[in-house]
Amino acid sequence: MLLGRVIGAVVPCVVCEGLDGTPMLLVQPLDMAGSPKGRTVVAADSTRMAGPGEIVYYESGREAALALEPAFVPVDHAIVGIVDGLHVPGREPAP
Amino acid sequence: MILGRVAGAIHSTINHPFYNARKLLVVEKIDPEGLPAGDYLIAVDVVGAGVGERVLVLDEGNGARQVLSSSDGPVRSVVVGIIDHVELTRQAS
Amino acid sequence: MQLAKVVGNVVASQKDTSLEGLKLLLVRGVDEGGRESGAFLVAADAVGAGPEEIVLIASGSSARQTHATDKRPVDAVVMAIVDSWSVEGVVKYKK
Repeated sequence: MLLGRVIGAVVPCVVCEGLDGTPMLLVQPLDMAGSPKGRTVVAADSTRMAGPGEIVYYESGREAALALEPAFVPVDHAIVGIVDGLHVPGREPAP
Repeated sequence: MILGRVAGAIHSTINHPFYNARKLLVVEKIDPEGLPAGDYLIAVDVVGAGVGERVLVLDEGNGARQVLSSSDGPVRSVVVGIIDHVELTRQAS
Repeated sequence: MQLAKVVGNVVASQKDTSLEGLKLLLVRGVDEGGRESGAFLVAADAVGAGPEEIVLIASGSSARQTHATDKRPVDAVVMAIVDSWSVEGVVKYKK
């Protein structure tokens, strides 16, 4: 899993079977100090609670689909948790 | 498996139910000499590793679910060992 | 997933039999500002997307988790058609 920040939301009009109503969020991947790193991805939100600006952790690859119900869905990135506290000594994110 | 060093921990209350009460570590990937390899991952801890320790990380879904006794958990990375030392049979290039 | 624009169709009359009946689209990634960028990609279509539409692409083995692509040799699938998206509360694209 990696860290990311929710920067936006995608509203689909047609989705594959099994994905109706699943929130799709734009996520900026972060390094372990909390700085942006790499291209934004669209992730399904399995918590259904992540909001703009929040730091989340997300799974990628086939495992991402397992976070959803049903799990037989074409999803390659899924948010599985919202970060309350990130403690990386010596690399605290800039305020 | 890959070599890493525990860089920190993550606390979370809102998460997928699979992650309830699981300890999550931020692990920096390292080379055999212990130098940062420039990347990191977040892994579930099953061995009680602490910040600064060198660890073995399993980064494959089926194996990870086996270690965590789950058939369908959305997980791929697990800290499965704490490294005492790495012996190199030749100088790393 | 990644945001992408449908820029064409790919027709291949000689192909592995397991690919028969599958619609193949040529897509190109777009960034969160809506600009086309990055590599072109051939993706199977699971939702009936048309030319110039903005879609979501799932990659890797997740791409095989649709009824259209199940057990087929496919590594990218169009799994949603995008209606709109926003970044930091600002709508960046509306169909």
